[in-house]
Amino acid sequence: MNGYSALDRFLRTDPRDVGCAQAIEMLHVYAELVAAGEPAEQHYPGIAAHLQACGPCGEDFAGLLAALRDETP
Amino acid sequence: MATVNSVADATRAAVDPVDPESAEWLSALAGRGSQREAALARLHEMLLRIAQRECRRRSPRQRITGPELEDLADQAAADALVAIIRKLGQFRGESRFTTWACKFVILEVSDKIGRHFWQNPGVPLDAEDWDRLPDRFGFEPAREAEWRDLLAALRRAVDTELTARQREVFVAIVVYAVPLDALAIELGSNRNAIYKMMFDARRKLRAALAANGYMSHDTTGRS
Repeated sequence: MNGYSALDRFLRTDPRDVGCAQAIEMLHVYAELVAAGEPAEQHYPGIAAHLQACGPCGEDFAGLLAALRDETP
Repeated sequence: MATVNSVADATRAAVDPVDPESAEWLSALAGRGSQREAALARLHEMLLRIAQRECRRRSPRQRITGPELEDLADQAAADALVAIIRKLGQFRGESRFTTWACKFVILEVSDKIGRHFWQNPGVPLDAEDWDRLPDRFGFEPAREAEWRDLLAALRRAVDTELTARQREVFVAIVVYAVPLDALAIELGSNRNAIYKMMFDARRKLRAALAANGYMSHDTTGRS
């Protein structure tokens, strides 16, 4: 049942999840750490948990990371 | 809302030393005359470049193309520039200035794509169509006997466990695939509030399905 695992993943919630507001507040710091190859998820586990679960914030993070990589000489 | 962790991760020092390049940006933007005008033009150029790339990156998943996408990038860059100048005093030096500025234009692109959704939603939202649900999670029609009871239980839980507002949000996002940002705009809310509502709804639904033997209990609490 392929759908079961998708539904199972969707319904799981992570208590570390900080929510959108706090994740966005620190997104530039988190993205810079990731771009530098630092273990951002260890510094900010709540943000890492949120970015895994929240589609819009995950998309913003992907966009910011792409921008950092494109803009870095 | 107690379910989404309200305790922030350990943050870096409240005010970090500003790197020389960021200091140069701040000085130029806070200044006057031609130096400030040149910095504004340079910043706008960077924001527009990023907005255009970001719009192109997202366009395969959106129903926006061509001149409309270019307009969206133009607006995002212009609005991001205004927001950055207005909030310049809030830059704390935790990252490079340009990274902080990039965030504004990425968020503006998100906001504008969310607003654009309602120009052509693509699905009628006036009547609930729960037949969409199996496809949303990738349940195969040929194996309906395996998932029929599970999804019936999920639908019952949506009706009995969620508040009216949680149910409304769940149906829009899960059944109709309305983007979360677009829904937040439609409901006069914001991304954070809608996400928290969905977070609570997901937790309640999982607990209900687990209580009825359709899923295991989430003992770790982590995904």
